[in-house]
Amino acid sequence: MPLSQERVAELNDLCRMFRIDVLKAVHSIQSGHPGGSLSVCEILTLLYQELMNISADKADDPNRDRLVLSKGHAAPMLYRNLIEKGFLPADSMSGLRRIDSLLQGHPSNHTPGVEMPSGPLGLGLSAAQGMAMGLRLNGSKARVYAILGDGETNEGVVWEAAMSAPKFGLSNLTAVVDYNKVQLDGTTDEIMPLGDLASKFSAFGWNVITCDGHDINALYDAFGSAKSYTVGPSVIIADTIKGKGVSFMEGKAAWHGKAIPDAELATAMKELGGEA
Amino acid sequence: MSKAIRDVYGSVLAELAENNNDIVVLDADLSGSTKSGIFGKAFPERFFNMGIAESNMVATAAGLSTTGKIPFVNTFTVFLTTLGLISTRAQICYGNLNVKLAGAYCGMSDAFDGATHHATEDIAVMRSLPNMTVIVPSDAASTRWATKYAVEKVGPMYLRLSRDVYPDLYPENTAFECGKGAIVREGKDLTVIACGLLVHKAIEAAEVMEEKGVSVRVVDMYSIKPIDKELILRCAEETGAIVTAEEHNIFGGLGGAVAEVLAYGGAGVPTEFVGIQDTFTESAPYKDLLKKYGVDANGVLAGIEKVLARKK
Repeated sequence: MPLSQERVAELNDLCRMFRIDVLKAVHSIQSGHPGGSLSVCEILTLLYQELMNISADKADDPNRDRLVLSKGHAAPMLYRNLIEKGFLPADSMSGLRRIDSLLQGHPSNHTPGVEMPSGPLGLGLSAAQGMAMGLRLNGSKARVYAILGDGETNEGVVWEAAMSAPKFGLSNLTAVVDYNKVQLDGTTDEIMPLGDLASKFSAFGWNVITCDGHDINALYDAFGSAKSYTVGPSVIIADTIKGKGVSFMEGKAAWHGKAIPDAELATAMKELGGEA
Repeated sequence: MSKAIRDVYGSVLAELAENNNDIVVLDADLSGSTKSGIFGKAFPERFFNMGIAESNMVATAAGLSTTGKIPFVNTFTVFLTTLGLISTRAQICYGNLNVKLAGAYCGMSDAFDGATHHATEDIAVMRSLPNMTVIVPSDAASTRWATKYAVEKVGPMYLRLSRDVYPDLYPENTAFECGKGAIVREGKDLTVIACGLLVHKAIEAAEVMEEKGVSVRVVDMYSIKPIDKELILRCAEETGAIVTAEEHNIFGGLGGAVAEVLAYGGAGVPTEFVGIQDTFTESAPYKDLLKKYGVDANGVLAGIEKVLARKK
């Protein structure tokens, strides 16, 4: 059943609010990764606020769905989603990257709601694979999601896991590539051309789904189609825009990991309808 | 009696799994060598051959551990502690996950395969990771205990295992304890603190010295992290000189760990380090390697002579 129009509107508004809060937090500490947090916004928000079976009251439920944010530098968008689900106090974002804070620059499983440390790129798909294997042995119906960056697929270990997950027939595993086509030093074409990502995963035996990664309805259908594929793992190649939602950040490598000056924050807030 | 350490590990693991459904085993296309294949035959549904992909294997184990499983990760020591290191550090140790890393061919025990297949820095690497426990068994009984302990103790653990056959040192029912060392031979003139194969070489050396009228104490430091500080300082005080002996680079391994304790404790006794002298090794029969790289009984004797000369 498709999402109601009202629910889609709610989720889109949450995304707008999350973008505002993430940019404010990154501005406040003058450190962090705005570009990749904005591109992955709809993907994380749909999963956490709609699709995943998780609850802060039952954080250790063995049958909870799991998510590994393999592109750990998008941590602020993960934290904002965890706040919304009640895993973290409402005012947590102000602690981002500060001493003695729960909110590390890259995710740590010591933070409530975070399943696996991440940051060194490439390892999250393997870890998610291990979770999927373990849940299957436990007879659990829970699903596992691994969220990868496109630049991250430069790492060889991603392709080790791409080779192994189909061998084990892990239909409870869905990978998502946040395909924003920009990495730290430039575009993916300039730094390390990815070629036909869909064909690459397909050649390894994955069920490949492509969609607009900022369209809630399209993402919802993609996750539904991944769930109904029972032979092995699925990967959603989500077409996204780095820095999505803020005109001067969109598609710009410069905003991968750059502190946001006051004037730029003000412009961004104006565009997103937030207060500077 | 003497047994190959890898055989003992492989069969104990399969034995323990009969009563523990949470034990799962991963290997990187070396299960015939590491002996994890014994488990694989008995419990195929809980055995994952990951192919020649060590980084993927270790990170997969990290994920498995979060579902209540107790993953044992197997491959040659050198690949486990290099290719597997990023996940070991960033996921398993940082996350304090319940993963057991079993390095199968420690030191030069994969003798003929040469320097690329010898593991001579793994203790240094593993003991510098927060949350990691480091155990080096020295015979069948201690291997049996270490494997059992790895199942019982929650948290990251590294087992340094050998391809080689070690003589029996302990009775079957010996009570080992993590964080403790064992005096396996009494002596009063100096102490050799050793681990793994070198415990046996140290005992041989002590027997030679006894004929020369020198009384050598030998300690099996099977628990390298945490380490038995009290025993090290007691040996320094009671015997006045220390020799460390290990099949590992002289930097950062057991010798380094003992030196840290001696320095911190202000023991200030003459200390010598027997081990591989910060060099790469080569292909040869194991016995010839141990001799050339100074990690046999003669190597320990040389260390003893040096420390005695300094003690006088």
